Amino acid sequence: MKNKTSALRSYLAAARIGAVVFGLSSFSGAYAAGNTVTVKGSDTMVILGQRWAEDYMKKFKGIVIQVTGGGSGTGIAALTNGLTDIAQSSRPMKEKEKSVILEKRKKHVEEIPVAVDGIAVYVHQSNPIEKLDISQLKAVYTGRVKKWSALADFKEPLIIYGRENNSGTYAYFKEHVLGNEDFAPEALSLPGTAAVINAVSKDKKAIGYGGIAYAHGVKVIKVASDAKSQAYAPSLENVMSGKYPISRSLFFYTAGKSDGEVKKFIAWILGKEGQKVCGEVGYYPLPVLRSKARK
Amino acid sequence: MRRKGFENAVELVILASAMTAIAGLFLIFIFIGKEALPVFFSPEIRDEAGLSKLFLAQAGPHPFSWQPVSLVPKYSVLTLFAGTLKATLVAIIFAAPLALGAALFTAEFAPDWLKEIIKPVIEILAGIPSIVLGFFALMVMATFVQDAFGTLYRLNALVAGIALGIAVIPVIYTVAEDALSGVPYSYKEASIALGATRWQTASRIVFPAALPGILAACILGFGRCIGETMIVLMASGNAPLMTWILDSPIRTVSATVAAELGEVVVGSGHYHVLFFLGTLLFVFTFAINLFAHWFVKRLQKKILGIT
Repeated sequence: MKNKTSALRSYLAAARIGAVVFGLSSFSGAYAAGNTVTVKGSDTMVILGQRWAEDYMKKFKGIVIQVTGGGSGTGIAALTNGLTDIAQSSRPMKEKEKSVILEKRKKHVEEIPVAVDGIAVYVHQSNPIEKLDISQLKAVYTGRVKKWSALADFKEPLIIYGRENNSGTYAYFKEHVLGNEDFAPEALSLPGTAAVINAVSKDKKAIGYGGIAYAHGVKVIKVASDAKSQAYAPSLENVMSGKYPISRSLFFYTAGKSDGEVKKFIAWILGKEGQKVCGEVGYYPLPVLRSKARK
Repeated sequence: MRRKGFENAVELVILASAMTAIAGLFLIFIFIGKEALPVFFSPEIRDEAGLSKLFLAQAGPHPFSWQPVSLVPKYSVLTLFAGTLKATLVAIIFAAPLALGAALFTAEFAPDWLKEIIKPVIEILAGIPSIVLGFFALMVMATFVQDAFGTLYRLNALVAGIALGIAVIPVIYTVAEDALSGVPYSYKEASIALGATRWQTASRIVFPAALPGILAACILGFGRCIGETMIVLMASGNAPLMTWILDSPIRTVSATVAAELGEVVVGSGHYHVLFFLGTLLFVFTFAINLFAHWFVKRLQKKILGIT
């Protein structure tokens, strides 16, 4: 049931994209009215952002934090056009995007890593496969391997599911797993991680990828960095220690140094309470060492 | 005198509101079209996404490939149109017989009380938001179709087409029913007087007499399918494949625009190609609707005997 509601939520996010396309979402233009902080972007981070907002609003009465999804790129575009205070992104912002913001808003972009995410690889629960290495994943997603029998004792064709190309997860996977090669044309792309999970949970032949927090009703397999290395599950310690090969930082972006309520909100997220929430919704807190090194 | 002034004012207000609709249409076209122009005129964009790249086969293992986010972006518009067309054809083949059968039944055979039930129920179907239909297709129909036909892909053109078909049944039904009911009663009387049965009258007199309207209904349904977005975004699999296989996943024009426009870097080749797609979609649906309306007009003239 929980799965279904989150799937529905991601479709609503997709519907909103549609609405934006046809210019219907004029209501989303309202922002930053004194004690309102708007956060927009990555669908992967929507649950996380919403939990932060809920906890924060419970603690500090009178502050309104609005969190919406739409994809990392959508959030960055909103930041560029001054339609949001904070852009959530599951990929680092491109130089070109930073320069566009500098040009349009005359402000340098601030990048704030706020959490760590392991990208999990999911298969159907009846699939016997336990682990894959990066080169095998690459062969699967570029379409060079088309049958499960090449990888495991499983006599089914292989159907690959992924995300739409506006997704930060798509960009990360393409860069770090496919080495910037193109996805196979027969890769099905779905709007939202929840949709990928849903599809994989219903399709015996399926393989999919996405944020670890969403993985319910599917089997999460171990991943090795190459054929000789040991494979690791995307558990807290493996991701934090860097043994799990496909993990990434999740970011907040603001135009210029944040101030006022935005600044307070970000400081709270980076603090003990905010970081605790990461773990509760299935992401990982920032490694202490790394966040210290950044200061 | 004062009364006249009031009349004029009201007329003006009504005229203005009628004009806003037309002005809106023009402005939409101009603004979308303007963003599509660099595909033709900007040398930089043409280099990345010129017309030959959009419509012709490219070198490499996948001649018609849609990979806009890539080191070498590939924009085969043809693949997307093939996807749209495939889903639309499935939808019409699925919906037309059902909708026309229902229309013929309500117009010619159904007793009044049954007509009072069938008509509003089918019209309510038109009110179902397409996202709900899409969700239904994804969760329920996809599994059903896969079990029934043993398709390789769970989400494919067949599933999307059938869901689209459900969405256009009311469109086809309403227009076709109007056309069938509009056939003059004297035709039927003459036919029955000559000893034809009700079925003979319906199938050989009423149906052919309403044929232009029925074709217009199908064309309108076609136009609605081409532009429909949510259903295909959710149920078609969104894989840019161009094949003749009915149950392969497809990526349609409308779903591509909806999924990618939110992300795209403003001013890039990808951005202008998406607007180009939007313009084509606009022109197509506009032309199809215009054509269907012209057809209906012609039918009405014919039946009312005005030449």
